[in-house]
Amino acid sequence: MKKEIIISGFGGQGGLAIGKNLAEAGMAEGLNVTWAPSYGPEMRGGTANCSVVLSDKPVGSPVFAHPTELIALNEPSLAKFEAGVVPGGMVFVNSDVVTDKVSRDDLTAYYIPCSKIADEVGNPKVSNMVMLGAYVAGTKILKPETIEEMIQEMFTGAKAKFVPLNIEAFRRGMACVQ
Amino acid sequence: MEKELWKGNEAIAEAAIRAGCDCFFGYPITPQSEVPEYMSAHLPKAGGVFLQSESEVAAINMVYGAAGAGMRAMTSSSSPGISLKQEGITYIAGAELPCVIVNCMRGGPGLGTIQPGQGDYYQATRGGGNGDYRTLVLSPSNVQEAVDFVQEAFDIADQYRNPVMVVMDGLIGQMMEPIEWHPVPKRDLPPKDWATTGRKDRDHNNIINSLYMDPNECDRHNEHLAEKYALMEKNEVRWEEKECEDAEVIITAYGTPARIALTALETLRAEGLKVGLFRPITLWPFPEAALRKLSKADHVKAFVDVEMSSTGQMIDDVRLSVEGRKPIRYLGHAGGVMPTVEEMVDAVKAALKEGK
Repeated sequence: MKKEIIISGFGGQGGLAIGKNLAEAGMAEGLNVTWAPSYGPEMRGGTANCSVVLSDKPVGSPVFAHPTELIALNEPSLAKFEAGVVPGGMVFVNSDVVTDKVSRDDLTAYYIPCSKIADEVGNPKVSNMVMLGAYVAGTKILKPETIEEMIQEMFTGAKAKFVPLNIEAFRRGMACVQ
Repeated sequence: MEKELWKGNEAIAEAAIRAGCDCFFGYPITPQSEVPEYMSAHLPKAGGVFLQSESEVAAINMVYGAAGAGMRAMTSSSSPGISLKQEGITYIAGAELPCVIVNCMRGGPGLGTIQPGQGDYYQATRGGGNGDYRTLVLSPSNVQEAVDFVQEAFDIADQYRNPVMVVMDGLIGQMMEPIEWHPVPKRDLPPKDWATTGRKDRDHNNIINSLYMDPNECDRHNEHLAEKYALMEKNEVRWEEKECEDAEVIITAYGTPARIALTALETLRAEGLKVGLFRPITLWPFPEAALRKLSKADHVKAFVDVEMSSTGQMIDDVRLSVEGRKPIRYLGHAGGVMPTVEEMVDAVKAALKEGK
């Protein structure tokens, strides 16, 4: 089993954080993981992306041209990376930001209204968790419990009040795919 | 032991603190800036000194001074910054002081690009400064190795009283990977009775210097250094071989290209092609004898050297080891462009054809 995921969006949308969450969760489940960011001037206003590998074998290349899944948080990301996705791969689109549709018919596309759901849950900052939920439900590569445990470890002390909010967002994201 | 997800550059800084780094002097430059950033937040809390210098030249000379006073001193930078440090490095090597220098390499020449590169191989292994000196060069290809090597580097430096470089392409510094904080081998180290810590009860002054006015004295000093380097060549060579036992083509690569090569190996082996990977871990001393032995094996038909460099630099050491016995192809990119799995697969297939 090997998943090679590209998560891409504007700097500040939380794409890098989604990637880190996936890597953390993969590590918690005993997988070999890598997280490699794009870095440079593109982070200031343009597209920021990261590459994540989740694998049951040691990870060779942490970067790749043909992801098994693409998480596109903005339009330039979809335009840039759709062509490279492996045939039969999945594309998760933040449909509140991206109005374009996935043009290839050999890919499974999920359109997730991340921002809208985050607003409904009560905080625009949790739109990442919505997307993470969609990814977990779509790929079934990670256990939802692992993510929920991770959320509990992420927010402790004074921040513990954010746990239910994040879990709710994560579950709403999963529900978009199921 | 529990695994933790760490970014390469931050892990390196934490590793140095755990290895007892007393002083860190540095200057920001992409893609290594997280090293001084982490150090600035955490080294003072551990009782050490962090100082952001006014330039790379100042930083390496601060390392020179701190190392002379017996401190465990370190600096890190990326390619153009490491170029600026070369004068200090030859002085430190000449004065026989231990220190750790991290080069998180980007593409060059000049300011080049901030994306990962491996164009500083010559500079690290041949010496970018003047004179007959060597630095021991460790090259990690994952974050765990980066963490282990940085910790060991302090001991190696102290043992030989010589600068040790940890050289890696920018991707190893930028990426996150699970690591374990397991114990690394510790060495029995000689006391730093040469350090300039004040005369106190000594009957002589300790002097740190790289200048010898008497040519015979300088000649003897160089002979002594040469003996030390010969000892490193004898005792410190490291490398890794993957599936070389029956390989017809052997890829030689270090750092990130060696990781990409692992994926290429998987693809090629699945097609029934016999391919192996030879990965130098110490770039100097280069694992010449081990590679020479492989080049003499009947089953080995050809080599493919892969680097993030336009014309190749390590390939010279590969050539010196293979001694013309087998053909060597080169695959490389510079400027932050990485060689791909597909390119490696094609290069290996072409080498197979050529070798038969």
